[in-house]
Formats: sequence, C-alpha cells, structure tokens
Amino acid sequence: MKKLINDPQDVVAEALLGMEAAHPDLRINHEHRIIYRADAPRSGKVGIISGGGSGHEPMHGGFVGLGMLDAACAGEMFTSPVPDQMLAASKLVDGGAGVLHVVKNYTGDVMNFEMAAEMAAEDGGAQVLSVVTNDDVAVQDSTWTAGRRGVGVTVLLEKIAGAAAEQGRTLEQVADIARRVNESGRSMGLALTSCTVPAAGKPTFEIGENEMELGVGIHGEPGRERVPLAPAREIAQMLLEPVLADLPFTRGDNVLAFVNGLGGTPLIELYVMYNEVSRILSAHGVQVARSLVGPYITSLDMAGTSVTLLKVDDEMLSLWDAPVKTPGLRWGA
Amino acid sequence: MSTAALDQWIRSFAQLIAENKDLLTDLDSAIGDGDHGANMDRGMRAVVAALDDTSPPTASALFKKVGMTLVSTVGGASGPLFGTLFLKAGASFGDTSEVSLTQLAAGLRAGLEGIVLRGKAEAGDKTIYDALAPAVSALDTAVSDGVEKTEALKRALAAAESGRDATTPMLARKGRASYLGERSIGHQDPGATTVALLMAAATQALP
Repeated sequence: MKKLINDPQDVVAEALLGMEAAHPDLRINHEHRIIYRADAPRSGKVGIISGGGSGHEPMHGGFVGLGMLDAACAGEMFTSPVPDQMLAASKLVDGGAGVLHVVKNYTGDVMNFEMAAEMAAEDGGAQVLSVVTNDDVAVQDSTWTAGRRGVGVTVLLEKIAGAAAEQGRTLEQVADIARRVNESGRSMGLALTSCTVPAAGKPTFEIGENEMELGVGIHGEPGRERVPLAPAREIAQMLLEPVLADLPFTRGDNVLAFVNGLGGTPLIELYVMYNEVSRILSAHGVQVARSLVGPYITSLDMAGTSVTLLKVDDEMLSLWDAPVKTPGLRWGA
Repeated sequence: MSTAALDQWIRSFAQLIAENKDLLTDLDSAIGDGDHGANMDRGMRAVVAALDDTSPPTASALFKKVGMTLVSTVGGASGPLFGTLFLKAGASFGDTSEVSLTQLAAGLRAGLEGIVLRGKAEAGDKTIYDALAPAVSALDTAVSDGVEKTEALKRALAAAESGRDATTPMLARKGRASYLGERSIGHQDPGATTVALLMAAATQALP
C-alpha cells in the first residue's frame, strides 16, 4: 500500500485538521467530527446536514458552505457516522426553521440517522425531516436486498436542496424538492480497479488486469457482473443504457449529466467518457441542460467512473445555477 | 444475578470480541466491508472504559450505559443493532438490583424485538437475528421448564451457535452482504457470530 498518510488510524482526524487549515469559511468540531459553516446557525434558514463514512471526498464535508450543506458528519472510513454526531450537527445548524437530514441508502447510515432523528425528537430539539437517496440502478433486486444504494444523485440533491434552503424556503418545501431530485435521478458505476482501505492495507477485492466490475458500489460492493475491459465508448453504453431505461429518460427530456470519477481516474479520462455520454444522449434525443464532470463522490483510490442523469425542470435548473461556495463546488458567489 | 455479575458478563464479552477480532474481520471481509471486528472491538473497549470510569448502580443503568456507548462508538449497522439490544433489555429490567433468569430472558426478548423494529430483519435473512432469536427462544423454554440457570444459559449458547452455523448456507437479504446475492452463500454471518460470543460470555460469567 502506497498512500500519503502518517498512520492508517489517523487518516480521518488528520484530514479534518487539514480541511480546517485550508478553509477559513468552515469550522470543525473534532470531538464529533463535524464540518460546519462558520456562520451557522443562520436564523430562520432550514439547516441541511448530511454525513456518511469517510473515503468519498469531497462528499460530504467538501459540500459544506454557502448554498449547499450547513454541516457534514464524517464517519470512520466507509462506516456510517453515529447518532451523537448527527444530533450535535443538527443542534449546530438549527436556526429555528428545522433541519433536513440527507441520508444515502445504506443499512448503517439509515439506522444511525433514524436514531439521531428519534433522539432529536425526544430532546425537544430541532424539527427533523429526512430524505434518503437511492439512485443506483445496478441493484436490480431491491426487494431481497437492502435496496438501491444512494450514489451520484446525492451530490446533485445537496446542491439543489441547499439552494432552496438558502432562498428561505420552509423545511417541508426543502424536503419536497430534495425528494423530487432523488426520484428524478438515476446512476450506475464501473470500477477498473479496487480501492484500498488504509486500515486494511490491501485491495478490497481482486480484479484482473483485463476485467471491469460493472455496477460497482462506492465501497467496492460487487455490481451486476464482471466484464472484459472495453473502450470508453462501450463503457458509456454499458452504464447509460440501464440508466436511461430505468426512469425512463425519453426523447425531449432535459437532463443534468454528471460524469463522476471514483478517485483514481484522471480528469482527462472523465472527459473522454463525457464525450461518449454526450454522443449517446444526443442519439437518444435527450437534451443536456447542465453538466458536471469530475471526482465528487469517490471510493478512495478506486479507478473508475459513474454516470448520473437527473431529469430537470426549470425550478431545479434555477436552483442548480444559484450561487454556491464550498470546497467541492463553487460558482456565482 | 447481581449487577456486578452482569458487569462481569459484559467484560467477558469484550474479552471474547478482542480475542476474535480477526475472525470477525475475516468473516466480514468475505461478505461485507471487513470492519465488523474492528468496529465491535472499538465499541466494547469504550464500554469497558466507561464501566471502569463509573460503575452503574443497577442492572438497568448498566445495560443502558452499554447500549448508549455502543450506539455512540461502533457506527455502521452493528452500533444501532447491538446498542438497541442492550438499551431495550435494560429498559425491561426496571429498577431492580437482582435480575432473575426470567427477567433476563424477557430482557433479551425485548432486545430482539427492538432489533427487528430497527433492522427489519426476518428469520433466514442471514443476520444477527438468526443467532439471537433461537437463543432467546431456548432461554424462554428453559425458564418455563424450570431449568436452572447454568444449564439454561448453556442451552441458549448451543441454540445461538447452531443459529450462527445455519447462516452459512443462507442468501443474505439485509445489509451490505445482500448486494452479493448468490455469492453470499457459503459464508458465516459475522453479526450472528458476535451473538454467539455474547452467549458464550454469559456461560462464562454467569455460572
């Protein structure tokens, strides 16, 4: 294992120290591992928090700031944070208008966020609503599994709901647009290599030099199938066809097209992928209204990509275009 | 069973988790994300430290402390599930200094019900439930048959161990292992393994 670390046990804590040093607009609660806006709580504004296992950076801590999240809870590597963290974060960002919890659909994340919401209710603390993302079409059998996983749509949802909260909308309104984003988005990923969790010191799964894992999850969960290595144009087809068919996206739809890097793939390859994605969408008559290309929801050092399509309307587009100022996304501010 | 005896049970459980940390991690690497051993060990170390710090006066307070500490330190699915087991059991004990075998069985039953509510698991999903439910049933039966404590706990352990072993051929339907589908078959469930360790600790510490 070759990594820019000191001790595998200290990676999360030291990365938070680094974020604190690099971003004066953010504050870190090191005890609870919470990244939060220096100006939180904002009176009368709905607070939005998210969180999850570490190793997916910039998600979620890198999306804290103006127009996006108010706070993010960092768990251990690939392990959901604990309820105490979400409870403390909810208190930090509650400006009196309630708090939205953005939760990715993984068994541990869902349970820990549920417990936090129950504890907040028992405390008589902030009013909490939760939205769970589950956009991964790779999971075909969602009745007999823990269900579809929350992946790329989470990034788009945090931006759009964050803008809605910034406009002063109510908790119900912010939760409503967040749910609509989740319902309108679909994703699928592909791994060229495994990731290596620092504490494990070795790759999470074995994969041959000429193989790819189609439908991989962001923790290295197995996907739909192991397939032979293929050119980008075929990979784009393998990822987009199930995504397009699932919602379904049809001729004349406007979409936000998001080509994501899983951590170990260079940006130039993501643009090669985006070119193929754009070509396929155009052939299907699907209009790309906005795009996002880059590593935003990663799996440590995994090489690979995921493609997310979000069917957008004018409201979502204007919220997407609204100012944002976070370490991960910034425009207009 | 005095609060001190139950405290000893928890400490024995922590000891067994530490000794089996690598086994739990290996089992979890096969069908999960390979952190069950490390997460449970971190949690049980925190529990022992909390008990060393202040010794809860009642069985109820003891279990509540264990549950809260696990919820606060383990993370993942195991934190809320094992935390809920102790929180619900503790709440069912009420304000008493001695816990009878009947009360212990009722407490574990309450814990099992809490786990079902939290995790929505059913028999055969290849989870904690598949070891805990048989153990609780065995304890209930032993209680109603008037079996004495040592033997009753032995039967509960045997039931937990056969429940654990029965998870090997199961297809996982909950948690991260469920994404493996058919590939989850042939691997013992790490959570069910931890339940068997909890019952083994009971036979050691509550003779």
